[in-house]
Amino acid sequence: MNDMEHRKTNDGEGRRLDGEEEEEEEDEDEGNGRGLDAWERAYADERSWESLQEDESGLLRPIDNKTIYHAQYRRRIRSLYSSTTTARIQKGLIRYLYIVVDLSRAASEMDFKPSRMAVVAKHIEAFIREFFDQNPLSQIGLVTIKDGLAQCLTDLGGSPDSHVKALMGKLECSGDSSLQNALDLVHGYLNQIPSYGHREVLILYSALSTCDPGDIMETIQECKKSKIRCSVIGLSAEIFICRHLCQETGGSYSVALDESHFKELLLEHAPPPPAIAEFAIANLIKMGFPQRAAEGVISICSCHKEAKVGGGYTCPRCKARVCELPTECRICGLTLVSSPHLARSYHHLFPIPPFDEVSLSLLNNPHQRSSRACFGCQESLLIPGNKPTLCVACPKCKQHFCLDCDIYIHESLHNCPGCESFRHSKIVSVTEE
Amino acid sequence: MGRSAVMAPVPSKLYSDDVSLLVVLLDTNPFFWSTASLPFSKFLSHVLAFLNSILLINQLNQVVVIATGCNSCNFIFDSSSVPANPNLENGRMPALCSNLLQKLEEFVTGDEKLSKEVLAAGIGSSLLSGSLSMALCYIQRVFRTGPLHPQPRILCLQGSPDGPEQYVAVMNAIFSAQRSMVPIDSCVIGAQHSAFLQQASYITGGVYLKPQQLDGLFQYLSTVFATDLHSRRFLQLPKPAGVDFRASCFCHKNTIDMGYICSVCLSIFCKHHKKCSTCGSVFGQAQSDGNSATDRKRKTPET
Repeated sequence: MNDMEHRKTNDGEGRRLDGEEEEEEEDEDEGNGRGLDAWERAYADERSWESLQEDESGLLRPIDNKTIYHAQYRRRIRSLYSSTTTARIQKGLIRYLYIVVDLSRAASEMDFKPSRMAVVAKHIEAFIREFFDQNPLSQIGLVTIKDGLAQCLTDLGGSPDSHVKALMGKLECSGDSSLQNALDLVHGYLNQIPSYGHREVLILYSALSTCDPGDIMETIQECKKSKIRCSVIGLSAEIFICRHLCQETGGSYSVALDESHFKELLLEHAPPPPAIAEFAIANLIKMGFPQRAAEGVISICSCHKEAKVGGGYTCPRCKARVCELPTECRICGLTLVSSPHLARSYHHLFPIPPFDEVSLSLLNNPHQRSSRACFGCQESLLIPGNKPTLCVACPKCKQHFCLDCDIYIHESLHNCPGCESFRHSKIVSVTEE
Repeated sequence: MGRSAVMAPVPSKLYSDDVSLLVVLLDTNPFFWSTASLPFSKFLSHVLAFLNSILLINQLNQVVVIATGCNSCNFIFDSSSVPANPNLENGRMPALCSNLLQKLEEFVTGDEKLSKEVLAAGIGSSLLSGSLSMALCYIQRVFRTGPLHPQPRILCLQGSPDGPEQYVAVMNAIFSAQRSMVPIDSCVIGAQHSAFLQQASYITGGVYLKPQQLDGLFQYLSTVFATDLHSRRFLQLPKPAGVDFRASCFCHKNTIDMGYICSVCLSIFCKHHKKCSTCGSVFGQAQSDGNSATDRKRKTPET
């Protein structure tokens, strides 16, 4: 505020007119050397007319982003839920995923700001954290394609930090991209994992071609035989070979339109895909549940190889100390987890059904007096004038929820507050403890 | 207690980082309170004094109370909404208390009526998962009001024992709270420790306390649970000790150190089995389509 006043007095004549005040605003913006006035910027950059649309009576009103967002979310939920029947879904909960990052010449294109590679690296980091949040027992490895060769950036591991650190290092783009080399490399690594794990590859492809040493169709058949599910997210355009690869192996292929779309497509791969039953052999995996070591105990931790005081966990089989869970004991190889890690995956096994939209005619019915507020957040479901807005209802407990609660419940909470709050509608779920 | 209507936007300099939104989950399970050492009326007087003190600490603090019954849960009190009946302030009690008490009375009567309709087997636990879910939905609504909002946290005043059938729902709520960075504090009034609440407080970074002398409950509440999140690092609060993260096996419900996990449904067993009792997968063999068809006919926990 002080600066503006200062400039007003010091700039002398011609700055007091109302039309000129926006130029002062522009002076306040640091680093904006474009030379456009603020009112000009509104046409060049912001395009405010694009956020208007016509309603039924021909009047202009701003786009209601909320209902559009909700409609997109409902389409997503429906497509996810329709592929599973009323029976409990089988999902691949123990996943071994390789992320293949294309660092060829095409990744230095600047259609994604600042460059495709930078955008990809940023979103992979977010994806890795989300992935380990939803699949704590799974492992990720990173592979890069550069100069026609595929190289392993990080090995399969269950801790997000090592992968994120590798991504933050210097990544340079050059040369051609080779899909076959990447698939061969990943195929070699994934053949070594235990048989109960689900093998997956996610390729983030920027190039429009692939430069291969041999017959890529053979490689694709090999991957199909080894039951590796390959998915591709393209950043440039749809390519036949990627489409073919995904169809053969049962993965999904999508092409990103812009950065936010890319993020959405990437995060769709975080929840476990519906398991194709023959792909992984069911097995009993031996796991340990370590206790937290007492405070003040000094021991040498097996991950950092140095003495540490207190904290940490003790492997129940060989009594070695580990710093964090979930991990594999370095001494005896036992997988160490805690019960919350397993519990994180339970919501994939017991999902809540999508809520049904309540038709407005039912809401206007004077006999339906039950819901004037969303059951979850108590937000009023009436807009001023006592007219009801769009809301949804749970098919089991019939409680009404607002659109935002619907999204929150299905994407994060995984509990229907209505079903959980009434005992007679409770369904017995997994009993433990 | 004249409060303005729902959450009008306030200039940023008023929302400093010590403004809190406290959501209290009050256990009203009559099966527990009939045998508790502290009578419910005394308990309520401690809690009401505590709620008043929260509202006095900072003018912008907000308190929401949700009752956890044994057959239902509901919102009882919201300090940011206009009091429905200002005539209740009769000079002996401020309007806050009388509003809350009236709503609580209605809730408990309603809850009891539901008891008669439901054939409750093995009851004894209250619906913690329900009230946690409602609290989290309300907190999401507060987050949606924009970048200026009070810091939310949840305080569970729980006496009833944990209901094992709620394990998955409670864990889902805990993980969602962890993601939204909402700490869950627990004050356990009952006779035994609550494993659910210990895990909840540990995972979300809240405080777990089982007061030893319930007569002084107000003292515990106001010294341990009244501070806002920002000021907590200046205090010596009870540290989590002895949180047991070991799992129980599905077959005997014993706590185990090492066990076997079904790779399909993550059920825990203490010894080697040929077949998983939860999902029916046969171990060590590739599953054919025939097997999965019979699995679906088998009674699954979901249906």
